[in-house]
Amino acid sequence: MHYLIGNIGHLFVILSFVAAIVSAFAYAQAQYASARLQTDWLVNARVAFYVHAVSVLGAGVSLFIIIYNHYFEYHYAYSHSDKNLPLHYLISTFWNGQEGSFWLWMFWQAVLGIILMKTQKSWEAPAMVVFALVQAFLASMILGSVIPGIDLKIGSSPFILLRDALDDPIFKMNPDFVPADGNGLNPLLQNYWMVIHPPTLFLGFASTLVPFAFCLAGLWQRQYTEWVRPALPWALFSAAILGLGILMGGYWAYETLNFGGYWNWDPVENAVYVPWLVLVASVHTMITYKNSKTALKASVILVVAVFLLILYSTFLVRSGILGDTSVHSFTDLGLSGQLLIYQFFFTGIAVWLIVRSWKEIPTTEEEVSTYSREFWIFMGASTLCLMGLQVLIPTSIPVYNSIVEGLGVTSNVAPPADQVGFYSKFQLWFAAGVALLSGTGQFFWWKRMDRGNVLNDLLLPVLLSLLVAVVTASVSKVYNVAYGLLLFAGVYIILSNIIVAGKVLKKNPSLSGGALAHMGVGLMLIGILFSSGYSKVVSLNNSGLLISKQFSDTGNREHLLLYLHEPELMAGYELEYLGERLELRDKVGYIKRSEVEILGQPGGGKSPTEPLDAIAQNDILKDGKKLYARGDTLRVHPENIYYEIEMRKNGKVEATLFPRLQVNPNMGLLASPDIKRAIGKDLYVHSAPLVRDTIVWSEMQQVRVRKSQEFFVNDYVAMLEDISRVETVAGVELTSSDAAVQARIRVEGERGSYFAQPVFIILNSAQVGRIYDEIADLGVRLTLLNIHPETEEFTLGVETRQKDWVVIKAMEKPLINILWLGTGVLMIGFSIAMVRRFKDFRKGH
Amino acid sequence: MKKSHIAILVGLAAIVAIVLTTASDASTYVTFGQAYQMASAGSKKQIHVVGQLKKDSRGEIIGIEKSPDHLSFSFLLIDENNQEQKVYFNEPMPADFLRSEKVVVIGNYQRDTFVAQKILLKCPSKYQEEKLNASL
Repeated sequence: MHYLIGNIGHLFVILSFVAAIVSAFAYAQAQYASARLQTDWLVNARVAFYVHAVSVLGAGVSLFIIIYNHYFEYHYAYSHSDKNLPLHYLISTFWNGQEGSFWLWMFWQAVLGIILMKTQKSWEAPAMVVFALVQAFLASMILGSVIPGIDLKIGSSPFILLRDALDDPIFKMNPDFVPADGNGLNPLLQNYWMVIHPPTLFLGFASTLVPFAFCLAGLWQRQYTEWVRPALPWALFSAAILGLGILMGGYWAYETLNFGGYWNWDPVENAVYVPWLVLVASVHTMITYKNSKTALKASVILVVAVFLLILYSTFLVRSGILGDTSVHSFTDLGLSGQLLIYQFFFTGIAVWLIVRSWKEIPTTEEEVSTYSREFWIFMGASTLCLMGLQVLIPTSIPVYNSIVEGLGVTSNVAPPADQVGFYSKFQLWFAAGVALLSGTGQFFWWKRMDRGNVLNDLLLPVLLSLLVAVVTASVSKVYNVAYGLLLFAGVYIILSNIIVAGKVLKKNPSLSGGALAHMGVGLMLIGILFSSGYSKVVSLNNSGLLISKQFSDTGNREHLLLYLHEPELMAGYELEYLGERLELRDKVGYIKRSEVEILGQPGGGKSPTEPLDAIAQNDILKDGKKLYARGDTLRVHPENIYYEIEMRKNGKVEATLFPRLQVNPNMGLLASPDIKRAIGKDLYVHSAPLVRDTIVWSEMQQVRVRKSQEFFVNDYVAMLEDISRVETVAGVELTSSDAAVQARIRVEGERGSYFAQPVFIILNSAQVGRIYDEIADLGVRLTLLNIHPETEEFTLGVETRQKDWVVIKAMEKPLINILWLGTGVLMIGFSIAMVRRFKDFRKGH
Repeated sequence: MKKSHIAILVGLAAIVAIVLTTASDASTYVTFGQAYQMASAGSKKQIHVVGQLKKDSRGEIIGIEKSPDHLSFSFLLIDENNQEQKVYFNEPMPADFLRSEKVVVIGNYQRDTFVAQKILLKCPSKYQEEKLNASL
């Protein structure tokens, strides 16, 4: 038992909580203290924040030591990791649980806090008060301390011992019991994106605090206009990182999950999408303010709204309130109350500060002209906010239900049944609106427009976009009005920004960030339009066979059943299922499952991800090179089964896909797709997570053959190649009075030869034992039944079963790579804009 | 009237429209009885029904019928009013289906069968084992 490390970790958490409060208090004092005392308070506040930051780091290191050293006496290590995870997955284990992800958030904010301390002078104290308070709230979430007397538990500690977390009788018998291995990491999370997606997302979350802190500091200190300059570059940083984090999640879902897309409008996804939209809107109003001193009030409201929405999304995801509506919200740790206090505390302070200073925030009384850039930006920002609201309101239905039920009224409102259809049909129009507004706004941004020249400047891009959109629409058969409009809007925003960028780039390349970012959005919209709107299930079961009368109503199925080596036509391809494959532990690539004999059962009492030894049944070749010789021991991951599916067009192999099914004793069956990527469209294939029924073997047929004589097995040509005496038989103890012979039978399959090696044993010269051998790919099982030395013949038992099969679903995703390309362009645009605004901020000093 | 006032009015109208469309597109949690009545009254709306899989006295799940080609299946679900209903799903059986302690089906009645378009599963301990699977 390693109590010390847990106690140290817990102590660090407590220290970080206390130090954050001390720092907030000292910074607040510094703000009000006389000039003589101010320096002292500042020093105290800084020291306290450093202590806080070091404690946060210390808590993280302690938790990682527990995970890294597999101290399964700790609940966190036991429930999220196991001994076989490689280092990078041990790292993702770290933020797999709620407590670890709170830590990650806190860590980033501690880093950002230190950067602010170092880079800000006049803003340091008031902004850091907000920072330190937020940190104190976050630290309280993982405090795990019980207030004596009132028996109130605050937070959920990652350092809790297994025996305190689980009420298992084993701990009554032996309090020092430590499990031999942990529960492991959800296999869907064993993906490289899960190593970097959460840190990126939480850096995005954390960075929204920076503009919020500046804004509150500005309101508090009645410096209503000055806060925008330091806040703007951080808002850009935040928009870039949060956007990147969200899209990484989408990309992970596309590659790993099997719902066939990158975005599912799940409440958990919506909860980060809405703040991001509002964040982007706030960036635009802040830029407007910097240029023309308008939209300051809007900026204040939006910047505050972003952070409050981040808190709200945290509440939604972590309080358990989404329980029935989301497939992947966290389990409830009993933090709902604390999360609500967190939400209300900052909402209260922000609302109070805004109300207090509302009349004092400078505004322009002048009427906004339709020909001004401010007008277009304001319209765009408003549309973005409405776009967010359209998602926020339905996502909040569970919250509405709890409130109404809290008032004693039963509510049976459920979220829309078809989430994807519901959100898409509205978001589509908003997205088109935003694109049209921002495309047009670009022209107003860079040039004074009036009634005279507006037509001149806009006519060309509008006509050109119309032309491109109409041609594209007719070529790719876009016959839906809304889709057509979105296509036009996407083309328009790209073209108008190319025109603008052409002019701006000549003058000053550092100003091109905005144009690039908008082009990226246009590309993304087009990518989303085609990959989602024209995603097509191609694995239709058109056999027209009615399975049974009661199953007849719903027409064609969207899955396809492939029997081994029985090619089927799909989407212009000929598909052939080639059999089950295994992944090698120590070498790259797949091997046939039938080529090896796996020793032991996957997850047999041990961890499900334990690689197992296997014996090569024949020489294992790959691309003509011998990887393993017959009889070699190799290591495989038996829990992952890959289904090799060959796709041919006109007899030529176009692609070989390996969709995966993971048999995980703890988590059931999990399917992951394989994707045939192409610039025009991806083909996305996954196998259905189906449990194989118990195999039924046919009655045994007997054949009597000589060596080298051909015979038929389930219509395949077979031959008894060799028969030899063996000294060892796996799983049987042979003594000197026993004898064992092994037959080697070659069966010619559709593709290459297979070998079956049944064993015949004579124990104590009297008893006979037979060990059959199965060729799974061909669905045959061979037994050496008898040896007839007098005629040099052998009797073989042949059993057959239904051929191996796989059920797949395949989808076409047109132009999905344009979406990923657009994401990249958007990120570059954000980065250029951010660098420019940081430089601008430095000049201001 | 100033342009900003028009903008505010348009914004408010949009918000009202959003709330109304949400209300009209929102689904409801109902029992099989209510769902049947809705369908009989001509409603094609997809609704949510929460229930548990039917089990025999030994706790084994019963009433599951798979199509021979594995591409669809049907099962018996008992709703919160203890009404039993056959539910048909035109997709292969989801992984973990048999382990779920609560099933939410989203769909509607088509004649006497409830056809689910989507199934949400509530598994008791999917990612956090509540029992130790270890021995001394």
